[in-house]
Amino acid sequence: MILELETVSAGYGAVQALTDVSLHVAEGEIVTLIGANGAGKSTLLMTICGDPRARAGRITFDGQDITALPTHAIMRGGIAQSPEGRRVFPRMTVLDNLIMGAEVAGHDPGRDLERVYTLFPRLKERAAQRGGTLSGGEQQMLAIGRALMARPRLLLLDEPSLGLAPLIARQIFSAIRELNAREGLSVLLVEQNANQALRLAHRGYVLVTGRITLEGPGRALLDRPEIRDAYLGTGA
Amino acid sequence: MAYALQQLINGISLGMIYGLIAVGYTMVYGIIGMINFAHGDVFMIGAFTALITIVLLLSGGMMEGPGAILLVLLVSMSVTALYGWTVERLAYRPLRGSFRLAPLISAIGMSILLQNYVQVSQGARVKPLEPIVRGGFEVMREGGFVVQLSTIQIMIVSITLSVLAVFTWLVTRTPLGRAMRACEQDRKMAALLGVDTDRTISLTFVIGAALAAVAGSLYLIRYGVIDFYIGFLVGVKAFTAAVLGGIGSLPGAVLGGLLIGLIETFWSAYFSVQYKDVAAFAVLVMVLIFMPTGLLGRQEVEKV
Ligand SMILES: Nc1ncnc2c1ncn2[C@@H]1O[C@H](COP(=O)(O)OP(=O)(O)OP(=O)(O)O)[C@@H](O)[C@H]1O
Ligand SMILES: [Mg+2]
Repeated sequence: MILELETVSAGYGAVQALTDVSLHVAEGEIVTLIGANGAGKSTLLMTICGDPRARAGRITFDGQDITALPTHAIMRGGIAQSPEGRRVFPRMTVLDNLIMGAEVAGHDPGRDLERVYTLFPRLKERAAQRGGTLSGGEQQMLAIGRALMARPRLLLLDEPSLGLAPLIARQIFSAIRELNAREGLSVLLVEQNANQALRLAHRGYVLVTGRITLEGPGRALLDRPEIRDAYLGTGA
Repeated sequence: MAYALQQLINGISLGMIYGLIAVGYTMVYGIIGMINFAHGDVFMIGAFTALITIVLLLSGGMMEGPGAILLVLLVSMSVTALYGWTVERLAYRPLRGSFRLAPLISAIGMSILLQNYVQVSQGARVKPLEPIVRGGFEVMREGGFVVQLSTIQIMIVSITLSVLAVFTWLVTRTPLGRAMRACEQDRKMAALLGVDTDRTISLTFVIGAALAAVAGSLYLIRYGVIDFYIGFLVGVKAFTAAVLGGIGSLPGAVLGGLLIGLIETFWSAYFSVQYKDVAAFAVLVMVLIFMPTGLLGRQEVEKV
């Protein structure tokens, strides 16, 4: 098991955002997390990274307990996140943004740069441009590319298709599938687009106000009427 | 003409010293969004460390040549860097995430603490130092007036430029520099990329203090008198320089330092020496009123 959460609770001040969340991602698995706005999806991804810290429960990565580690130590262990809101460094060039991604692992960025540029040729064209001046979609590509630069074993993606044209969104999904198939990259994916996410993922979880209410193979969840009604917009 | 040229030379060498200190203000502001009011006193610590080192070297008969000056600079930089690190550790880190005014108050407390500490340990009297770098060139002569470029002025300018060159390389080309810029732009994201943000902030204080130590050492060698209180006045001027250049901008800090040095020198030469400190404060007030983002400060145009 590459990632395992056991009855994790977390929140901000008086706000309890996650309650007794148990979830796991197996090595080489794509797992998706769906839920309404404010359900706690982003909080869950951030809690894995130690910010906010879990108030209760246990998080293990590759068998190692990371619950109490500082964020930077968790990330250096082999987790990367493309976070909500993209968080591209606005006054750094695209190239420096990408290099920042590789610095965690301390390896030479050359080969990984080529890989990211092949995935998103647009980033190569914009290499010398400042992150803050990219379009929303380009920033999204940069955030994902930056996360890949670290050669993570587990990739956390928070709404990677947000703000992207359908064609680009499809490209990103197929890129995720390819990285997973070819390199065995494990992925925990948060998506608004539940339809696409559940088709892509091996398994899925449904989060409702901070609690996991459903779990199952992606295709199976797609067929559940309560999922269709709530998240796929195909219900009555 | 000759008189003005002399003022230009004096103003630039003074401005370099302000610039070195201003960089420290602007760096810390950039990374934690706070004015480090103890930074002027860190500069003062640098000057005192240099003084003690020089006195020791003099008593050993070893205060000779550029090697000795380099040694003084290195000792002062190391000791002062340690102070910078300690200041951050004691006065700022425990208050991170506290309300905005809290670190400001502890910064002022730290400033008073450092002043009193030096006053008690070194005495309150002004400390004079005999000139240790002599000589210079005659640049030109006009009527009876001789324009001098002293060795020490050449030294100030060349040392400052070298230090700033190394510093620029550090910030723009190295992993540490990138980490500093990342923390400055989005600390949470920097941590998500594996940057140890606490360590990066510590190192920012350390580097700022080392630059202030260079400034303190050069100030001591140039003017030959220091006391425990110089950090306040020089600090406010360097702070003005940082604001004038655009707080948060590194080239701005150097530019602001040069301008403040020139303004102060020309003001003293043509208007009034007694009121020379007023010039810097007047500039501070005007900049804050009419262009709070400073000369090279950033205009917020980014998409967020
Ligand atoms: N920094 C914060 N301080 C206080 N409350 C927060 C903070 N961040 C999130 N919350 C609260 O925690 C809850 C979960 O938020 P979270 O961002 O995890 O939801 P989400 O599922 O990602 O939603 P969305 O689909 O809109 O991105 C929400 O009620 C939100 O208001
Ligand atoms: Mg979210």
